[in-house]
Amino acid sequence: MTILLNYFFWLLGVLLFVVGGIIVCDREHPKRFLAGGFWILYGVVFVVGDRLPAAVVGGLVVAMALVAGFGGVTGGKPKVRTESERFERAKQLGNRLFAPALTIPLVTVIGTLLSSHLVFGGMPLIDPKNVTLVSFGIGCVAALALACWLTRDSVAQSVRESRRLIDALSWAVVLPQLLGMLGLVFADAGVGKAVAHVSTTYIDLDHRFVAVVVYCVGMALFTVIMGNGFAAFPVMTGGIGVPILVGVFHGNPATMAAIGMFSGYCGTLLTPMAANYNIVPAALLELPDKYGVIRAQVPTALIMLVVNIVLLNSLMFL
Amino acid sequence: MHPTAVNLYPLLGVLVIVAGFVLRFNPMLIVTVAAIVTGFAAHFPVERILEAIGSGFVKTRVIPLIILLPLPVIGLLERHGLRERAQIWISGIRAATPGRLLIAYLFVREITAGLGLTGLGGHPQMVRPLIAPMAEGAAARFGKLGDTERYRIRAFAAASDNVGLFFGEDIFVAFGAIVLMVTFLKEAGITVEPLHVAVWGIPVAVAAFVVHSLRLRRLDRWLERRAQASSETPDSPSHAATPANGEHA
Repeated sequence: MTILLNYFFWLLGVLLFVVGGIIVCDREHPKRFLAGGFWILYGVVFVVGDRLPAAVVGGLVVAMALVAGFGGVTGGKPKVRTESERFERAKQLGNRLFAPALTIPLVTVIGTLLSSHLVFGGMPLIDPKNVTLVSFGIGCVAALALACWLTRDSVAQSVRESRRLIDALSWAVVLPQLLGMLGLVFADAGVGKAVAHVSTTYIDLDHRFVAVVVYCVGMALFTVIMGNGFAAFPVMTGGIGVPILVGVFHGNPATMAAIGMFSGYCGTLLTPMAANYNIVPAALLELPDKYGVIRAQVPTALIMLVVNIVLLNSLMFL
Repeated sequence: MHPTAVNLYPLLGVLVIVAGFVLRFNPMLIVTVAAIVTGFAAHFPVERILEAIGSGFVKTRVIPLIILLPLPVIGLLERHGLRERAQIWISGIRAATPGRLLIAYLFVREITAGLGLTGLGGHPQMVRPLIAPMAEGAAARFGKLGDTERYRIRAFAAASDNVGLFFGEDIFVAFGAIVLMVTFLKEAGITVEPLHVAVWGIPVAVAAFVVHSLRLRRLDRWLERRAQASSETPDSPSHAATPANGEHA
């Protein structure tokens, strides 16, 4: 038997159904039908998303965006243990509490490294196409089992706790995926070509240093807009990197690619469009300012962008 | 050149994004509207737009999986005091400060990501339950800390995870970004070795570690100043996580 990535999509879909159901049944929740319905719709995407016609999923996404966009996904009042109760438990359980939390990364890494050896009866245990993600999924399930055993608590309680965290995350959890979708739509519609066209037509790239600056800053800016350095790389490298830095100024393409991509990452640190790195953590850490993580990253990103320009200009033409 | 050969109207989608964020609309709404506008600008019919949105959404289901799947474990452990335990543990290490702790985490995160072990960190499974509470706990040595300080420590914990991951993973030869770069250059008629791309990334990775570490040291000094300032005004509330009755004595 091979463990496929789809199994974990189904598991997550079921979790979202249950969480949505709990919210719909929660009479104290101010908007229980909208918020609960949002998570149930989202669950549908995980359970049968790949079997529904794409246009139907598109309709679901638009419905979810409308619910979230007009403030339908609010959280309920979480019932949490008091801080002193949690301190009491922390002292009883001691450092053993860390074990389940560390199980997730540990199993992910071990599974990834050993996957090619885990073959039983000619069938790989872990889907070879998604080794890391399947190992991660196994890690999460194993960690939950260990946590339940260690704390003598139940899976049902863990679902109630998930509801608390999902309530706190709200729509922020869907945003990264929505942005990934937007990147694919942009690519489909030729946005990259248009940007490359504009930047090469209107900027004078006869000076080597200007070209280096435009390439690095362009990577960062385009990443800010797209939220992803991978989307910026083909555009900027095809528009400026290959024809000008390599073609005209004979720079080293390996250096250009490496430092160009890092310039894009400086953009990733700056943008709400990279929601899974910048907006989701702000929600997870319950920061009142949803741009708080970005604010902490701005100086590092800007300094690194300057460092990238200097390094590219000096290392590329050695 | 034929300027008319390139359809510039899809750039309207970019405009929607920028305007939407500036005007502070709900991001989910902005992104959906941008996708629809872009589709119309590229002369897609309505059904094709919905198809593009739907298939794009299904293809990217992996992203929320990574965020949501650890939540049951993390939530359950938090109920049993995981974050409090992390604070107790770190307050037992005398040399620990938020800055030093996060420099250590940044180092480990960057090195392991550089070896391809990107799964060792992450916001839902490491930063929220362990790293952020530890950083807050380590700040107890400075004395009284207000909400502003706690939120800033948390933001830096998340930032350190991001910086370590981004600038580490790109020096791992088998990482997707390197594969993407090499493939793209090959199609442009340029052959480069993945290893060369990885090696040329190392100076940047080192610089990123130095730059962010210096900022984390400044975070410590800032916390120290803030704590001193607030201890001179005796009425400010204390949020410092001091473990009860000499747990680490």
